[in-house]
Amino acid sequence: MNSGAERLRGGRWLGAGWALAMLRRILILVASVFAASVVVFAFMAVLPGDPAQVALGVNATPELVERTRAEFGLDRPLVTQYLDWMGGVLSGDFGTSYVTREAIGPQLVDRLGVTLWLVGAGMLVALLIAMPLGTIAAVRHRRPSGTAVSALSQVGVAIPAFLAGIILVQVFAVRLGWLPSGGWTPPVRDPVEWLRGLILPALSLGLVQGAVLTRYVRTAVLDVQREDYLRTARSKGLRPYPALVRHGLRNAALPVLTVLGLQLTTLLVGAVVIERVFVLPGIGSMLLDAVAARDLLTVQAIVLVLVAAVLFVNFCVDVLYTVLDPRLRRSW
Amino acid sequence: MTRNLSLLAGVVLVGLVVGTALVSFGWTPHDPLLVDASVRLLGPSGEFVFGTDKLGRDVASQLMVGARTTLYVGVVAVGIAAVVGTPLGIAAGMGARWLGELIMRVNDLVLAFPALLLAIMLGAVYGASTLTATIAIGIATVPSFARIARAGTLQVMSTEYVLAARAGGRSRWWIALRHVLPNISGLVLVQSSVSFAIAVLAEAALSFLGFGTAPPTPSWGRMLQESQELLAVEPRLALIPGAAIAVAVLGFNLLGDGLRDRFDPRLEVRR
Repeated sequence: MNSGAERLRGGRWLGAGWALAMLRRILILVASVFAASVVVFAFMAVLPGDPAQVALGVNATPELVERTRAEFGLDRPLVTQYLDWMGGVLSGDFGTSYVTREAIGPQLVDRLGVTLWLVGAGMLVALLIAMPLGTIAAVRHRRPSGTAVSALSQVGVAIPAFLAGIILVQVFAVRLGWLPSGGWTPPVRDPVEWLRGLILPALSLGLVQGAVLTRYVRTAVLDVQREDYLRTARSKGLRPYPALVRHGLRNAALPVLTVLGLQLTTLLVGAVVIERVFVLPGIGSMLLDAVAARDLLTVQAIVLVLVAAVLFVNFCVDVLYTVLDPRLRRSW
Repeated sequence: MTRNLSLLAGVVLVGLVVGTALVSFGWTPHDPLLVDASVRLLGPSGEFVFGTDKLGRDVASQLMVGARTTLYVGVVAVGIAAVVGTPLGIAAGMGARWLGELIMRVNDLVLAFPALLLAIMLGAVYGASTLTATIAIGIATVPSFARIARAGTLQVMSTEYVLAARAGGRSRWWIALRHVLPNISGLVLVQSSVSFAIAVLAEAALSFLGFGTAPPTPSWGRMLQESQELLAVEPRLALIPGAAIAVAVLGFNLLGDGLRDRFDPRLEVRR
């Protein structure tokens, strides 16, 4: 498995062609993020009504609205506003909320931390479920146990994450009282409480995604099992599981990796809902609060960050692809 | 064998949801919107099969009418996605290189806006409703159709009968309508079924967050949201709409699996 690292040092990997392709990918990523920022900005700009008016409410005097417009630069042409906003974003300044009059950037970073813990833990749960179960379902696909795993994952896919969350809270927080039903403790303050608070939200997110992933792992392992090299490995006397681990998993990892990338996106979005169920101060609840308060600049900032994150994840999947499968480098 | 089973199970479950919705047009056990404080939070009984909610509304009737909302969202959202995405995918697969590249780049960009995010943005601007949620889900689903249609088109374009048609001087339009579209329709159908399941889940999540169907129109997602405060006393109010969502999603996923098997001969060996 460590041959990837060896290949990294090899001449082929650092070839000019690969570097060029890589550069092209990075340029596409940057262009996409910019295009997305234009879309997000334009979307908010077509809003019926004036952001200052919206933020101040219907009782604001016209003078106050004018003053606020000038204060936030809303009286300037849209192109100037966009360039100013994007310039700020590039230097880490997401502007000042029209509603709370606080800087958006620092709060965004705080909230993003919570969401990333949640997404990371959810992904971990999904992987811990899907890798073994998917492999078992594939290796035993002709036996009842394998079929049972497949059926179970089908049902798991159909359950909304927030329903899983509601049920988990009901059982483990309300009935049994083992874990808190919601709320967030920063890990630096109390690591034990933090972990206890993270378990149920991570399970809600991860169980459903784990079910989705199980199906893909199963398909990938099934495909690999039919390959000649695996038959050769088996004919050398390797048992099914060792043969898979030695020869199959790296190949099975490719399709699974694509799904993982897509799932990271799903988890990020799913976190918005789960944060609402568990009252977590993540980026999702920040988004919903901002929408409720008609705090459009904050909405704009959060949407941009989330979309940029999705684009970045997709980029990483593309790059990882070529690390895992050298054949793809040529077609890049 | 198990594959035919999934097609059958999918047809049965989807049929159950569609049937319930159709029946609800003509008959429901009670008026789903009738608020009656004297029958609040009753358990299941002969009169109220699934009991009543906190306002005394009949849960079974709400569930039946809620099936309409679910199907409406699914049909319209998948319809938008298929009608926009399929021609785009075919154009990307048949057209000039630059056109294909352009369509797929824009596609990737739209893909970066998940349905939930789009719906929240649309809801923030135009006010949350079933329609904004449906349109958002539809737009977010376009890329899946464009991708699958393009992949299918590229495959069809490399066949000998297309080569023959081109050699015979047939126009691109003729080839697109006569060869490409019929041959990728199976793929599009499978994608429709899978996307339907995703749309149902998205609508439920949006209604749960308050960005989907507005009261009083019954929706499974909103029934779940309304049940949340009463969960400790009446878990039934969450489990019933939750089960309905699961049945619909499971049904469309199984249908998709079963259809994929019929239309994709490459999977033959797996049986």
